[in-house]
Amino acid sequence: MFFTFKGLPFFPETASSIAAHVDALYAFLVLTSAFFSLLIAFLVVFFAVKYRRRSAGELPPDTNIAGHGAGLILEIVWTVIPLGISMIMFVWGASIFFTESRPPADSMEIYVTGKQWMWKIQHMEGPREINELHIPVNRDIRLTMTSEDVIHDFFVPAFRTKADVLPGKYTTEWFRPTRIGQYHIFCAEYCGTKHSGMTGTVYVMNQDDYNAWLAAGSGEGSMAEQGQSLFNQLGCGNCHPSVINNNNGRCPNLHGLFGTSVEIKDLGPIRADEAYIRESILYPDSKIVAGYDNIMPTFKGLISEEGMLKLVEYIKSLGPGSGTPTGATPAAVQTSASQPQTPAQRRTNPQATTPPTGR
Amino acid sequence: MITAPPAVETPKNYINAEQGLKSWLLTEDHKRIALLYLITVTIFFFLGGMFAVFIRLQLATPTGALLDSNTYNKAFTMHGIIMVFFFLIPSIPAVLGNFLIPLMVGAKDLAFPRINLLSWYVYIVGGIFTLWVLFNGGVDTGWTFYTPFSSSYSNGYVIAAGLGIFINGFSSILTGLNFIVTVHRMRAPGLTWFRLPLFVWSHYATAMIMILGTPVIAVTLFLLVLERGLHIGFFDPAYGGDPVLFQHLFWFYSHPAVYIMILPSMGVVSEIVTTFSSKKPFGYTFIAFSSVAIAVFGFLVWGHHLFVSSQSVYAGMVFSILSYIVAIPSAIKVFNWTATMYKGSVRMTTPMLYAIGFIGLFTIGGLTGLFLASIGLDVHLTDTYFVIAHFHYVMVGGAIMGYLGGIHYWWPKMFGRMYPEGWSKISAVIIFCGFNLTFFPQFILGYMGMPRRYAAYPPEFQMLNVLSSAGASILGLGYLIPFCYLLWSLKYGPIAPANPWGATGLEWQTASPPPTDNFEITPVVTQEAYEYSTEEVVHVG
Repeated sequence: MFFTFKGLPFFPETASSIAAHVDALYAFLVLTSAFFSLLIAFLVVFFAVKYRRRSAGELPPDTNIAGHGAGLILEIVWTVIPLGISMIMFVWGASIFFTESRPPADSMEIYVTGKQWMWKIQHMEGPREINELHIPVNRDIRLTMTSEDVIHDFFVPAFRTKADVLPGKYTTEWFRPTRIGQYHIFCAEYCGTKHSGMTGTVYVMNQDDYNAWLAAGSGEGSMAEQGQSLFNQLGCGNCHPSVINNNNGRCPNLHGLFGTSVEIKDLGPIRADEAYIRESILYPDSKIVAGYDNIMPTFKGLISEEGMLKLVEYIKSLGPGSGTPTGATPAAVQTSASQPQTPAQRRTNPQATTPPTGR
Repeated sequence: MITAPPAVETPKNYINAEQGLKSWLLTEDHKRIALLYLITVTIFFFLGGMFAVFIRLQLATPTGALLDSNTYNKAFTMHGIIMVFFFLIPSIPAVLGNFLIPLMVGAKDLAFPRINLLSWYVYIVGGIFTLWVLFNGGVDTGWTFYTPFSSSYSNGYVIAAGLGIFINGFSSILTGLNFIVTVHRMRAPGLTWFRLPLFVWSHYATAMIMILGTPVIAVTLFLLVLERGLHIGFFDPAYGGDPVLFQHLFWFYSHPAVYIMILPSMGVVSEIVTTFSSKKPFGYTFIAFSSVAIAVFGFLVWGHHLFVSSQSVYAGMVFSILSYIVAIPSAIKVFNWTATMYKGSVRMTTPMLYAIGFIGLFTIGGLTGLFLASIGLDVHLTDTYFVIAHFHYVMVGGAIMGYLGGIHYWWPKMFGRMYPEGWSKISAVIIFCGFNLTFFPQFILGYMGMPRRYAAYPPEFQMLNVLSSAGASILGLGYLIPFCYLLWSLKYGPIAPANPWGATGLEWQTASPPPTDNFEITPVVTQEAYEYSTEEVVHVG
């Protein structure tokens, strides 16, 4: 980037690859807006003084040129110039957004579950965190996010990005942290009583520190391994083969499935992505693979959103290119010491949320 | 609030024509209904303002010493619901529009006087629902009622609040219907469309939005009530619904609703700038058609509220470019108002101060809208204080400055009394300064990353929040002063002549206050609007 606004007052910290681009666009808009605001303010004040009424009953000379000749030219000028400038803003903003919404292919994946009022984060290698996110610097990070209850929004001002976290849906957000440090996580979509307490911290570390952090804990195995044991526990494997070339004709083989195109009865081909896996587990009758019968029961209510993410990660690990669960790093659970209390959390605990009351 | 019967020699006018509470509550006179609305929207304004006081007191410290977070959430929700649905949307149309449109088109009343009265009662019923919610403990969903929080998780009185807004919507629809029919059918002889005052054009555009948009919010809130009350799944994924569908439906109305708030204000400013420059507006047709363009394009930009709500990338880009297109007619208006003052004969009266304040603040409000329309920048800015600052510049800096300017401009016509010039100018300046001190720091807070609807915040945001709270106390004082001297003027203000400002327009050709039937004889219009040259005035080069 040609320049950054690091250290200027009234700019937040700049800690991602996109941040300097967003700041540059912002600066362009601030300067353009300042120019037009001051121009209008100057003209209004100047006219008010210069053409002030000097005697009672005074009328101005008939100078009305609007609508024809010079007036029409003026109208065209002050329509076309703002239109031109705003199209620059549009193209600039759209190109940044295009980058923001396309995670690079080899991004490191992290799973985020929002819940009133905390962020639960799960690394592929196994570690779990609450309200904290440890990531290595200069790596593309892709968050796959869902909510257990209401809509939340994962916002890191220093990265200049945010995305809504929706119940019943997976959304993604990516960034490439460029500076080691600690940055705020805010929930930016109003989610109820302790919305302002649904905050956390991103720790951007160098790769060695990150590796050490990953190695520090131990226990539950990688996410895919945890997914595999859930897969076995729920008896999924009794029907669904998960090794190559083992087709029983009763249920689709999950080996090599993820990311490929699947032929759906009455619908045609669709891509087997996270949302498809989730839907097939919760609502198995909504998309039947061509050639199979509608025999799978729903697992709705039996699997938590976090469990679902582990199953997805397990099926992903069976995807094209790998036959066995990946992520051999010893797992770690990073919880207890990592729940910072925000000012809001220290205050009186408000009444807890209750289920729908119908009031 | 209503004046005591004036002195005996006062000619009959709409205020003293009949006596007694019943004559007011059963009136079919558009001018009396306008006063009923004036009283009620003023009450709701100060009620909504009281919640703003709580909000700014709370945010003076990072830990929010005043309210617990549950109460804080209810405070900003009630502030939003009351200010948007019970003050801003009815304020100018139902008070000034109601009073002035028949006068401006030379008619005796609106097309449907009884429907006009009905609209006020519907508004009152909706208001009672809202007050019931308030006195029973409130609602904590935010004025946007996003699902599934509102439908399945909130502890507040969502159903009653939703029904209050649902009912209130019909009041808006009835007012819009009345305006459209009146403008089409009841113009005085000779008053062609292009001789109409710009105030009428802007209200015509507003009425279109009221009629086309309000049913959508009514249906949306009704679906919300069904989901919450009967668990019929529309929005909550637990019942098979889609939470983002609610946002689409909600903003399909609520974005155009912003134009319901600002277009009438633009109409007021067009009148004031013209009168106090004693000059035809520059580009009458451009100002008139830009109102219509705003009403039309305003319906096509709702998706810019959903840039981070999992909307598709390409839908986002379409909504982004359309949001830039809708900004252009507003820019045209600002340039035309400025050009109207050029080589005019400018008088810095109180209404003109408000109009100039409007132009300045609305320009900033509009330009910061371009930040939010820019999709790559909006990802950072949305749901932060930048958005709060932006829409308060448009709604408070724009709509309320216009409303106060209009009240000061037509007060002599409405009540036949003048108000003290010194006080009114001082308070206009106080409001302008207090407003900027309150909301300008919030732009910076937003870019720094402070999210909206936070009862507590990290300490580094405190300095700017303290500035904002200090500004709010100045702004609050600024609003109390006009309330006092305007009440005072009803009894003690100097008697106003029929046309105190030397304005054109049919409303200035009848007495102040006007008689019940508005005009002794139906006026005949023979020239365009805003013809200031008459024989008795001298041209000065």
